[in-house]
Amino acid sequence: MTPMWRYGRPALVILLAALAVGVPLWLVAVTSAKPQAEAIKPNLDLPHHWQPTDNYADAVGQGEMLRGFVNSLLVVVPSVVLVLFLGAGAAWVFARRKSKLVSAAYALCISGLLLPPAVITIVMELRQLGLASTRPGMIAVYTGMYLSTSIFFMTGFIRAIPMELEEAARIDGATPWRIFLRIVLPLLRPVIATATIMVMLYAWSDIFYAFFVLGGGDRATLPLNLYQVASAQLYLNNWHLVFAYVVVMSLPMVAVFVVGQRKIVSGITSGAVK
Amino acid sequence: MTDTVVRTRKKSSEQGAPKGVGRLPRAAVHHPWWFALPAVVVFAGFFLVPNLLNFYYPFTNWSSYHPDIAFTGLDNFRTVVDDGSLLRAIRTTLLYALLAALFQNGFGLVLALLLESDTRFNRFFRAVFFLPVLISALATGYVFQALLDQDGALNSVLGADIPWLGSTTWTLVVVTLIHGWKWMGLSMLIYLAGLKGIPGDMLEAARMDGAGPWRTFRSVRWPMLAPAVTFNVTTALIGSMNTFDIVQATTGGGPAASTEVFNIYMFRVFGQGLYAQASAMSLVLFLVVVAVAIPLVVGLRRREQLL
Repeated sequence: MTPMWRYGRPALVILLAALAVGVPLWLVAVTSAKPQAEAIKPNLDLPHHWQPTDNYADAVGQGEMLRGFVNSLLVVVPSVVLVLFLGAGAAWVFARRKSKLVSAAYALCISGLLLPPAVITIVMELRQLGLASTRPGMIAVYTGMYLSTSIFFMTGFIRAIPMELEEAARIDGATPWRIFLRIVLPLLRPVIATATIMVMLYAWSDIFYAFFVLGGGDRATLPLNLYQVASAQLYLNNWHLVFAYVVVMSLPMVAVFVVGQRKIVSGITSGAVK
Repeated sequence: MTDTVVRTRKKSSEQGAPKGVGRLPRAAVHHPWWFALPAVVVFAGFFLVPNLLNFYYPFTNWSSYHPDIAFTGLDNFRTVVDDGSLLRAIRTTLLYALLAALFQNGFGLVLALLLESDTRFNRFFRAVFFLPVLISALATGYVFQALLDQDGALNSVLGADIPWLGSTTWTLVVVTLIHGWKWMGLSMLIYLAGLKGIPGDMLEAARMDGAGPWRTFRSVRWPMLAPAVTFNVTTALIGSMNTFDIVQATTGGGPAASTEVFNIYMFRVFGQGLYAQASAMSLVLFLVVVAVAIPLVVGLRRREQLL
């Protein structure tokens, strides 16, 4: 290591972080504390007049944020649970059984890794099933979209677990159901962490599919709600309110990341490069 | 479900053979197929079936203006070909995907190389560069709209009056830069994992042979990163062909439809009630993704074996 690199690298890292991440975050933070007149032309100056409390109260109150938050939880949490649980069951069978039919089913089930969801005809199908603009419809769509990812990661993971663990339990008389719950699922813990964070990342911030399936209204999720209020008159060019909303909306994901940082990082990286 | 468990058990004990299972193959008893059933049903029902329906509805007049749906052949495709939106959407989407994948991977790789060793300083800054991944794409779009607006923060800092989001040529590049910015943290993590997987004695050997940092990167690190490159390039390309939020929040497809990727077009046309036409675009997107993905995955896999 040359001395220039030794001191240059940290300096470069700090400079990059300040410019690439610091500036946008700073803009969000200062703008969310400004009164409307100052925020209308967004800039990096500190507010002349501080009113963060008012802005955040407005964003939470007028933006129907609590409702959006509950709506998001009500679709994202069941989707994540289903993706993990159904995915684990399928992955177990796909990893342990070897027949042409099973490999064909596996290939089909992971096709969603590459293929785009056919969002327009999803709407058609949900209407015919009576699930259009309902939470079960949204949960079914998210589950269908992300099952491929979880099945792919979990099948690879289970293949690496020695069969002996299951066999020992079987000799003790455990049923398949019990083996699945007591042995396979607990062993899957690391990959479950990965799959959870990946699905959360996409589903928590999705507006595209939510727009087609839920279509706004009472059941709008948090980001869909932000889109609606930001496009509506109330928020047009009201950057102070939009950014107060953005801050509050992003906090849950940031909190999840800060708490589970190590697991998430190792989960994402170990899943990907195999 | 418990019923089925009991039944399976009874069957095996009825047959009573010492090794358990009689005519059923052992795998079928130990890993019954119905564990896979719910996942297969949900995936087939809500992913495969819509994709199959997508091969029928584009050929109909399904819209909010007709009470019933009739077969109309290639009419929808003719419409989008004639008004030029089909070619434009294909070109814009492919260009977007290419640039977004390039920026996301370029930024990610540079960050990974900068933050390679496992020090506390590096761990902190890895988390900092991962932050944009956690912020929703829609919010990212709004942040950059505020930054890059003609009245926005960047122009006020520069004292300039540049229409960052108003150029029919360069705005697409700006939007893909934002896309790269949002996802660079994820690529960085995956490249870091790839770098960590390179055996230390290999780098040591390169050093002993007198290779400098650049030579080591080109001849050792980069080839050893092949699996990470495969994963990152594939997910970035395919993922950015499905982009919507960032474009919608920054430009909404403009100016003059120069950033109108497939999903923006579908969103707009669906909003006008022209469902079959939106579905036609969705089918074309499907075909474009397949046409890009298959050679890409095959090619990158082969490259991994060659390197």
